Amino acid sequence: MRREAPQRFGDYAPLFFPATMLIVFFVIPFATMIAVSFFQRQQGGFYVPAFEFSNYQRFLSLFFANVLGFSLMLAVAVAICCVLLAVPFTYLLTRMARKVQIVWLVALLSVLSLSEVIIGFAWSTLFSRTAGITNLLVMAGIMSEAKALLPSFGAVLTGMVYQAFPYTVLVLYPALVRLDPTLTEAARTLGASPIKAFFTVVVPALRNTITATLIMVFIFALGSYLLPQLLGRPQHWTLSVLITDQAIYQSNMPFAAAMAVFLVLVTLGLVGLTILAGRKGEAA
Amino acid sequence: MSGLALNNVTKEFGTFTAVNNVALTVPHGTFVCMLGPSGCGKTTLLRMIAGLELPSAGTISLDGEDITQVPTHKRNLGMVFQSLALFPHLTVGENIAYPLRIRGAAKEDQVKRVADLLAMVHLGGYADRPVAKLSGGQRQRVAIARALAISPKLFLLDEPLSALDAQLREAMQVELRQLQQKLGITTIVVTHDQREAMTMADTVIVMKGGEIRQAAPPIEIYRRPADSFVADFIGSTNLIAAEADSAGRVSVLGQAVPGISLGSGMKTATLSVRPEDVHLTAPGDGALSGTVTFVRDLGGTIETFVDMSGQRIVAVSTPRARPQVTVGQPVGVVLQPDVCVVLAK
Repeated sequence: MRREAPQRFGDYAPLFFPATMLIVFFVIPFATMIAVSFFQRQQGGFYVPAFEFSNYQRFLSLFFANVLGFSLMLAVAVAICCVLLAVPFTYLLTRMARKVQIVWLVALLSVLSLSEVIIGFAWSTLFSRTAGITNLLVMAGIMSEAKALLPSFGAVLTGMVYQAFPYTVLVLYPALVRLDPTLTEAARTLGASPIKAFFTVVVPALRNTITATLIMVFIFALGSYLLPQLLGRPQHWTLSVLITDQAIYQSNMPFAAAMAVFLVLVTLGLVGLTILAGRKGEAA
Repeated sequence: MSGLALNNVTKEFGTFTAVNNVALTVPHGTFVCMLGPSGCGKTTLLRMIAGLELPSAGTISLDGEDITQVPTHKRNLGMVFQSLALFPHLTVGENIAYPLRIRGAAKEDQVKRVADLLAMVHLGGYADRPVAKLSGGQRQRVAIARALAISPKLFLLDEPLSALDAQLREAMQVELRQLQQKLGITTIVVTHDQREAMTMADTVIVMKGGEIRQAAPPIEIYRRPADSFVADFIGSTNLIAAEADSAGRVSVLGQAVPGISLGSGMKTATLSVRPEDVHLTAPGDGALSGTVTFVRDLGGTIETFVDMSGQRIVAVSTPRARPQVTVGQPVGVVLQPDVCVVLAK
């Protein structure tokens, strides 16, 4: 479908409302945050306008580098786990009868209605020694005695994958539904086993979708704040936890703002690199 | 036995029987067209031969070996899908090399084979193009080349030409037939276009309701249809009710037609007469009488619609052979015994 470019100022009218909302609720707060990141903190008070880089300087320490590194690593791990689980799952889902698909999608959507708090406490119960899943394993005779699986990195990862999984499926679903089912049939008639057909046809044909999904889940996981605290040890805390800590409990707004800006910049940089790498791969 | 054999193959989807007890042998090197209206089971039959569907009953064998339970990817066949199913992320050359790559062929062998196949389908030099940049006919050729890359024993095509425009389709029909004759490969094409079947096939299989109505060479199907469905589906025909009296004299619409006899003991039957076999003469004298109701002059042919006591007969001829016919004119219709096919009711 081809449309004419807007001719008069009035043609832009439908954009006014969303543009206003975006400016009031995103651009202005974000700009404020950038500004605050250069302000000077008042010990025991709030902050005063200034222009200094001390907040950023303080951030350049081994401790914060480690936390940033861990946050990025955790987000990447969540993104990869989600995509590894969701691509085969969604592929099989799209091959099912319409009714079955609807049941699954509704179930997944209902997970989205759970708040992060509920997900966190549910998993902390499931991973606990007294009421957790290890008790079932003991009953089944697989384990000798029940033990606590948290706090641990595995628990944090599980909780976050659980939380991000429905989003991943919902992003992948339209692309996989549109994928011509005869492509895999053709691959099979040409000599590929169903699994080989999946990896040589379905996955490569969906490469752009998979990249986009990885980026989405990565960014989603990067902002995680509650689950690392509920399910992990302090060394599993993400940068978001530290930012909240600085902003709320230490009343150090300028430093929190500086960390937030830094996180956004690193994220944008990584996403840019991924897209660039994807383009290069396309050209090759 | 060399060739493909289907032994009493049945396919049921729930309570619906898509293919009902089909028996068929296709000798090695023949070109078979499966023809029928949509929903007649022809595509299901093809998919069972390909292994994409499992028969509910019956067996399929290829060169004497039972392949009913052999999975698709081990059948070593070539198939062209209606959607063509070219892999969008691969170039023309990579698409054609796919079956070779899957089987672990050496890189240089792949390149050489791809070049040969592209030359065969008249697309030399297209190996590095993305498939999205090709025209409909070119994609068609790529799909054919890809299916033939491993020189399969069996070449299956599911409505391969339906996406092309009429002119290109006719050209591709001729090309496909020539290619098949050159390679001598057993080929099965599913189509709903009877002209396509007549152009390409050694054997035409007419299906309806999951059953084979007739399997015969195209001209035999046309000249000696097995029943009124086949007669009507292949080309156009006039189906006229006929009845015989106790002495065996046959009459059509209450008028005696000498020279025709129904089968022994048959009281009623249907006559199938092709429009080009209907002769119009002056009324009277041995001819059935009728009135011209419509004349369609198409330049190359002229169709005359004749009403005979409520039954419409279409007669086709060249305009030069039938110059003066006008609507409302009384005419005589001659049904020569040798062109009338007697079909059981």
